Formats: sequence, structure tokens, C-alpha cells
Amino acid sequence: MMGKFVWTAGGALLCAATVCSAAQSLRIGLQEDPDTLDPVRARTYVSRIVFTSLCDKLVDIDQKLQFVPQLAQSWAWGPDHKTLTFKLRTDVVFHDGTPFNAEAAKANLERALTLKGSQRRNEIKSIESIETPDAGTLVLHLAQPDATLLAQLSDRAGMMLSPKSFADGDPSTVSRHPVCSGPYEFVKRVQNDRIELKKFDRYYDAKDFHFDRVVFLPIPDTTVRLQNLRSGGIDILERLNPSDIKEVKGDASLKFNPVAGLGYQEIFFNINNGPKAKDNPFANKLVRQAFQLTIDRDAINQVVGNGIYEPAQQPFPPASPYHNDKYPPMKPDIAKAKALLKQAGFTTVEANFSFGNTTISASIAEMLQAMAAQAGIRLNLRPTEYAAMLSEEAAGNFQVDMRGWSGRVDPDGNIFVFVTCDGSLNDGKYCNPKVDELLKQARTVLDVEGRKAVYGQAQDILQQDLPKFYIYYQPWPFATRKQVQGFKPYPDGMIRLRGVSLS
Amino acid sequence: MFRLILRRIVVAIPTLILVSMMIFSLQKILPGDPVLAMAGEERDPAVLEFLREKYRLNDPLPQQYLAWVREVAQGNLGISLRTEIPVTILIAQKLPVTIQLASMAIVFSVLIGIPLGILAAVRKGTRSEFGINLFALSGMSIPNFWLGILLIMLVSVHWRLLPASGFVPPTQDFWLSMKTSLLPAIVLATAISAYLLRHTRSAMLEALRADYIRTARAKGAPEWSVILRHALRNALMPIVTLVTILFGELLAGAVLTEQIFGIPGFGKLLVDAVFNRDYAVVQGVVLCIAVGFIALTLLADVLYILVNPRLRNA
Amino acid sequence: MTSSFSVIPVPAPRRRNRSWAKFRHNRSAMLGAVIILFFVAVAICAPWIAGQDPLKVGFTAIRKAPSALHWFGTDELGRDLFSRMVYGARASLLAGTVSVLIALAVGVPLGLISGYFGGLLDGCISRVTEALFSIPFLILAIALAAFLGPSLTNAMIAIGVSASPLFIRLARGQVLAVRREDYVQSTRSLGASDLRIILRHVLPNIMPALIVQATIQIAVAIIAEASLSFLGLGLQPPEPSWGSMLNTGKNFMTQAPWMSILPGCAIFLVVFGFNLLGDGLRDALDPRQED
Repeated sequence: MMGKFVWTAGGALLCAATVCSAAQSLRIGLQEDPDTLDPVRARTYVSRIVFTSLCDKLVDIDQKLQFVPQLAQSWAWGPDHKTLTFKLRTDVVFHDGTPFNAEAAKANLERALTLKGSQRRNEIKSIESIETPDAGTLVLHLAQPDATLLAQLSDRAGMMLSPKSFADGDPSTVSRHPVCSGPYEFVKRVQNDRIELKKFDRYYDAKDFHFDRVVFLPIPDTTVRLQNLRSGGIDILERLNPSDIKEVKGDASLKFNPVAGLGYQEIFFNINNGPKAKDNPFANKLVRQAFQLTIDRDAINQVVGNGIYEPAQQPFPPASPYHNDKYPPMKPDIAKAKALLKQAGFTTVEANFSFGNTTISASIAEMLQAMAAQAGIRLNLRPTEYAAMLSEEAAGNFQVDMRGWSGRVDPDGNIFVFVTCDGSLNDGKYCNPKVDELLKQARTVLDVEGRKAVYGQAQDILQQDLPKFYIYYQPWPFATRKQVQGFKPYPDGMIRLRGVSLS
Repeated sequence: MFRLILRRIVVAIPTLILVSMMIFSLQKILPGDPVLAMAGEERDPAVLEFLREKYRLNDPLPQQYLAWVREVAQGNLGISLRTEIPVTILIAQKLPVTIQLASMAIVFSVLIGIPLGILAAVRKGTRSEFGINLFALSGMSIPNFWLGILLIMLVSVHWRLLPASGFVPPTQDFWLSMKTSLLPAIVLATAISAYLLRHTRSAMLEALRADYIRTARAKGAPEWSVILRHALRNALMPIVTLVTILFGELLAGAVLTEQIFGIPGFGKLLVDAVFNRDYAVVQGVVLCIAVGFIALTLLADVLYILVNPRLRNA
Repeated sequence: MTSSFSVIPVPAPRRRNRSWAKFRHNRSAMLGAVIILFFVAVAICAPWIAGQDPLKVGFTAIRKAPSALHWFGTDELGRDLFSRMVYGARASLLAGTVSVLIALAVGVPLGLISGYFGGLLDGCISRVTEALFSIPFLILAIALAAFLGPSLTNAMIAIGVSASPLFIRLARGQVLAVRREDYVQSTRSLGASDLRIILRHVLPNIMPALIVQATIQIAVAIIAEASLSFLGLGLQPPEPSWGSMLNTGKNFMTQAPWMSILPGCAIFLVVFGFNLLGDGLRDALDPRQED
């Protein structure tokens, strides 16, 4: 009798253990290996994916890009829009046991502003001073109204590390073992192999997170990543190759889970950066317009994107409230393109076209080459290694380039640094003081409709000047195994694990 | 013997210095600012300048080189520019992986290559020798990345027998570790076993020509004894030498196989570092590989001399 | 010029005739030669064989399976794969031979000088060669190709330079062996200049070994070019090369397996041919040669 009981109990335990162990870890396949795991210095999209589970931030976004509470329960702007007051949660504890409070938040923001090598300083530099009247209240005093601030605080600039973990001042301590307050805590990292997190039981919403372990596996090859998904080696993958969509849809054991993203693929021109701009036919506005008129965005969407590369005409995607219906994607018009070229004084032009040497970029570039040739625009394809391309662009050693931008929640992030005279990513050195003025003004308008109008005025100029034009909006094509339940992709491309489980 | 080893080590030092200088000069000749490559999408000029100062990238090259040599002498190989993980830790993480893969590949190659090589030597001139030779040449001719892709397609996706990529250390889960390393080891073994096969064949042919073989036969020894006991023993030395050298090359060169199978080994570390302009990693790892390679070649020579007493006094 | 040295035994031309006969009867070698000649013919006659423009994109016919219209199917932009394979033979064969020619041009003179003159010069060159050997071949090629920029020419230079240490060492070894031969010693004692001795006596005798190694190295170079293209560093699209076609094709393994299987087969066959030929040459020219 006792023996039978022990047997059954043991059997039940074993069953439970197997079932439990089956649901214990979630494996996510990433396209690249994340760089540093210090939010203040991180630079890549994939590291943000890891941070989403590792580090909570002051505010988060929902699927409609509206701000929702995370570490801050509520917030309010002062009457002149130069003060932002947060009411913080008081039940939050960092992974090392120390409590989260206004002092900790202040320490983090000051670190982001003052640490040498901080990549976040530019994002929140409107903050002049920080006050902590009590443990649950954080007051930010700004130099001028900043409409972008909340969005920045919903990303890495607003991520909160335990002050004890960076007290020694050595930044590599943090990157080797980040201590945050998110639903999962850091276990270990093997470069180019894996990053492991384990569940933090004292997270305030721990019951909504169903995995004991989350493992991030960088698998750069898209085909191998998919094969891992199919053979059960991983549960979720990001950035499915568009050419594999049909296969995933036809496979009953997989789910295709895309979302329209915030970023875009763009073509930009060297207008005024160095000697290469002097003999660049595309320094002439009419030639740029002619080129754009040869592009068939729908064809690119069909052939390369398999339907998920939505044509883009402006920097703000349809998901954004700042998307302007005044500029729908242009249809190709070869006759008009030829006429514009003639107006500029050319029958044919020739230029070097550089792009990163990935398969997708190469396919797009080849299509563009064929399309542009119809109007007499001869593009010499120059696929370039990524690292070399960045240097060439910064040095002005290019004529026409293509690149992608992963997108930011705040519209300013999709436009300011690209077209303002001193913009850090304005490699073509396009400069129009009127545009600068409008974009700087837009940063200070907190009201959505008002801000949209200002951007509209800037667009009126930019769509004519055309320092760059857009091809498609970057989607985030996720694919998961059928057993993954409750996974909802967000437009910022982050993998939020609240409510996600394996059946 | 001792003097030989000492002499070889002394001679190796200028080689190592040359290697390190060559790799260091990569920094100057490879286009692309490593700091820009690291910065990616974020491009704050203040940050870029800070990073250049921090990693001494503004210093003249000879000065950077001397600073690096000083650090190496203290056992510090620098830190990865991209993730700030020390290079020594990276090597400690990746080396066991590549060693495991290389060992498995060598074991497979020995099991396939040596017996077939012996067979080919014994059956010289016959059709089976021709067949074995073709088989070996095929192994040498298959592009290993193509073979890898095909195997993944067939074995992992179609038949679901083995995982498609990734690596699990044996301390964590022995059988899973074997499963993840099986396909890459087979791919690596394909070319290596071919070389081993041919080398064994020629070594055996050489050994079988010796006089004492004829004597043994004349004495009435059974053929298998002649082949295995007498000829093989003498053919073994050049074979062992080759195996040692191949091991050294495997340690360094499984670049594409690691890329395809997502094995976090030395080859992948190196290639990624070149593409990311992570010079610290490139310098540290290549230095390590050079040291390993020289050590293994030395080992091969020592073994050779140990067994060949005639050469001991050279 | 040879009249005054007629008493000195010069390697008899008879050996060459024997070698040729040996070569002709070596089944492997002939098979290899046939394969190579086939591909060379394909490469040369590409414009007539291809039938369609290898660069012409066709957005309505992407990734079509092999059919009567497209014998090998189409690729991801609708280009005819058969034509691309045929033209691709040019890139691969060119990559193989030019790289090896570069390696020979760099390696043999250095090896000759090193072996012939010895001393400090030999020491320096040998140290540099050893250093180059310690850096894995593919890594060196990748680093050089990255430096020069992704293109076929740069890939050939990168592979050629990375392969030259092999020829330095081979040439040097051969010279060391030949240097002690009687006819060389006698020629020297009769006052012939070093250059003449190297060119007229040493070089012709190390030729066989060089030719054998060069043939085998072409096989290695073709795979190296495919590897570099696989990593994105070789010939860039839209120009066709088997390696870059494999690189693109691997993304479509399930939808369009012919895009990867066929170029891979082609690489395999060509490399196989060169290996066979190299083997046969070795058997014919010097049966005692070791790897």
C-alpha cells in the first residue's frame, strides 16, 4: 500500500518534472550577437531585445505606440512643459536585492548624461536637473520643452540599473554582469553563442511570466535560424527571410507572426560631402527626382519582400500617428523621369551605388539597377562590407548609398539626425536652414496634431529637395513554433514575454 | 634532443614577432574605422572620440604595438572592442569547443583514412585501389560549406535526426553535445580523411618496398602480419606527423564549417572579429593560433625523432 | 652557349618522353584532363552555349524549377540559371588559375633566392614564410580580401598572396636538393653567373614539382574563391560566379534547391578534375614525390 503510494507519488512528480522542464526555457534566435549589455552604451537592435526581458524602464509602449506605465506609475508635464514629474512604483527591487526608488532613478539618469562614452547623452540632454522630493517621486527639469523625452525614457535611456552595480565607476563591470529590475535576471553570456537569463521571482508581476529560463542564441544565417526553428532548437526567431514566408505559412508546426515596424530602407545621396560630391550627378535635385520616378516599390515588395516590404514615401510609417496621407508612395513614371533628366541637361548619367553585401540588399540593388537603366541612369553596383561602408559614408567617399534604419518610437528619431545640417547620420551633408528650423521646432511641440503639422511643412520641402528617398518600411517578421502561445509582436520589434507560454 | 627543442623555440620567437606585427598592421590597411563600426546606428561624435582615445586608436601604430606587447607579456591580451569581454576569456570559452570538434574530426579521419590507405597500398594497381583513390579525391574536392548545407537540409530538417546548429558543451549534456558536434565533425573529417588516406597509402607503399619486408615474407610470415606488424609500424611515423599537423590546422581553419553550423569556436570568432574590425580579438586569437601551430609542429618533429633514433643526433 | 658544357651531364630529354607516355596511360590523369578541358571549353564558348542573357532579370519568373525553357531553372531574380552557370565557369576557372599564377610569381623567385643563396637572406625569408604559415590560410585570404574590397580581382590577389608561402617553401626545398647536384657544382666552378645557373639549370629541374603542386593548388584556389564568395567577399552580383551563386542559393534551400545544388556540383567536378590531373602529373613526373 505504502509502496504503491510512493510509486504513484514518485511517478506523478516525475511527470510533473518532465512537463515542467518542458516549459522551463524559452529559446530565442537572434540575427546578430548583441554588443555590450550596458544600456547606457549599447548600440544594437538585438541588445534591446535582451534588455526588454532584463531591464525595466520608466515607461513602456503598447502596440499602438502609446506610453504605458512600467517603473513609473504615472507622469505629468508642468504647465510650461519644462518639468516632467514621475510617480514611481514603490514595490520594485533590483536583481541584487537593493530597492528601486527616486534616488536610484536619479543615479541612472545622471550616469546616462555624464558617463564617458555614454550613447544616451544626446537622447536626454534636454534634462538640466533632477529632483527627488521623496522616494516615490522623480522630477526632471528641462532646458526647453522636449516632445521626444518620454519616448527616450521608454527605451535604453530610461532603463534602470542597480546603482550599487555601477558604483565602482568601471563600465565593463556592468556590461559583463548587468543588474537591473526586469522580470528576468542575468545568468551568463558566451560571446557569439548565447545569453542566458533566469526568472526573477521577486519581480512585481512575476506571475505573468511563465519561463524559468530565457536563452538568446545569435544565429546569423537566416536559413540556419529557420532550420533551428523547424527542428525545435529554438522557439522564436526574429527577422525571418521574406523568401521563407510561404514555407512557414505552409508548415503546420510553425506560426508566422509579423508586425509593421518603425524603420525603413532608404537611398541617400552625397550632395555636399567632400570631393566625390562635386562630380556626383545626383548632387542635382532633378536627377534625384528622376531616379525616384524609375522605382517600382510594389515590384520590390513582391519579388524581394514577398508582400511584407510595404512601400514607403516618408520617414513615418503608417503605424505612427505622424504618418501624413499627403504623401502616398509614388508610382514609377519612366517618361517623366527621362524628361526630368533632360531638364537637368543629361541624356544618361552614371554613378556608383554602394550597399551592404547581404543577399537581400544585393537583390534590391540589382532590381534598382535594372529599373533605373530604363531612364538612362546607369548604376555601378558596389557591394561593400558593412564596416567599410560606414567609414566611406562618414568620409563622403560615396555617390549613392542604400541603408536601413531600425526606427524609433518618436518621429524625431526617424528624421532629425538624417537631414539637419549637423545631423550625425547626415552623411550626404544636405543642409537647408528652413528644414533645421522646422525640425527643431517640432521637438518642442507636445501636441500630436500640432507637431504633425510642423513635420508636414518640413516634408513639403524634403519631398522636393529629396536628399534621400524611402523604399519600404522595415517589418519585423517573427516566426514561432506552434506551441508558443500569447506572443504579440510590437512595432518596435521587441519581444515582450508577459503572458507568453509554451503549450 | 633537448638542444633541438630549445633551438626550435628560439627560432620560433622572431616568427611570432613577425606574425604579431603582420596582424597588427591589419589595423592600418583594413579600411573602416573600428569605432564607427562599433557605433553602428548611434553616432555621437563625443562618444566616438572617447572610444578612439580609450583604445589608443589615435596613437601612432608603433606606439600602439609596443603597448600591446607590454600587455601580452603580462598575460593580458586586451578586451573585445565590441563587447568588452577580455580576449583571454573568449579564448578560454572557444578553445575547448574547437578542440572537441577537431578531435572528433581526427578520430573519424583516422578510422576511415588509415585502414583505407593501407588497403589502397596493398592493392596497388587494382581496381579497388583506383576506386579508393577516387573516393579520397572526392573527399578533397567537395566544398565543405556546401556539404554542410546539404547535410543540414537532409539530416536536421528532413529527417529531424540531429540539431541544425549550435553547440552544447559535454559538461552540460554529453549526448546532446555529441549530437551537435556530429555533423560539423563529419564535414571537417571529409577532407582530412582524404589527405590521411593518401598519405597513409604513400607511406605504406614506401614501407612495403623495404628489404626487411621481403625477408619477412621469405621467412614465411603470414601476409597480414607483414602488412600490419612490419610495414605499418614503419609507416606510422609520417602518418602521426601528418595527424599532428592536421590537428593544428583544424584548430585554426574550420572557419566555414563553424559559420554554417553556428559553432562558437575559434574560426567563427576570428572571422566575425575581422568583419567587425575587432582588432584586439584578431590580434589575440591569431597570436594564440600561431603559438599553438608552432607548438604542434614542434611536437610532430619531436615524435618523429623519438621514433627514428638515427635522426636523434642531428 | 651549351657547347662548352657538353661534357656535363644535363638531365636527358628522354625522361620527358617517358613521362608523357606514363601520363597518357594514367587513367586518373586522363579523366582529370578531360573534365578540365570540358569546363574550359564551356567557359570559352559561353556566349554560344548559354542561350540566354545571364544578367537579364525576370520578375515574373523567379525561382522557377528546371524546365524546357530554363534547363537549370531560375534564380531569385528570375535569371536563367543555366546561362549563369555557364558564364560562372569563367569566373571560377579564372580565379583558380590567376591566383596560382600570382602565388607562383611571388613564391618561386623568393624560394629560389632563399634556397640558392642561403645565409641571412634565407633566414629572413624563411622566418617570414613561417609567420605566414602560422596564420590560417583562409583568415589571411579573408583579411586581405576585406582590405582590398569585395571583387573577383581582389579575391584572386588575396588567395594568390596567401598561397605563396607554399611555393616559397616548395621552391626552396627543391633548390636545396638540386643545388648539390654535380652539374650545378661544375657549372658554378666554371664561372657561370648565379642567375644563369638558376634560370637554365635549377629552374627546369624543379619544374615538375612546381607543376604538380600548382595543379593541386588550382583546386584549392577554386574552393577558396567559392569560400570567399560564400562570405560575401568574392565576385559580386549581378555577375555570376559559382561561389556567389551558392551564397545566394543557400537562402532558398527549400524553395529552390537547384540554386545551391547545381553550382556546388560544378565546383566539385572542376576541383575533382584538377585533383585528378595533379595526381596523374605527380605519378608521371615523379612517382616518389610525397605530399
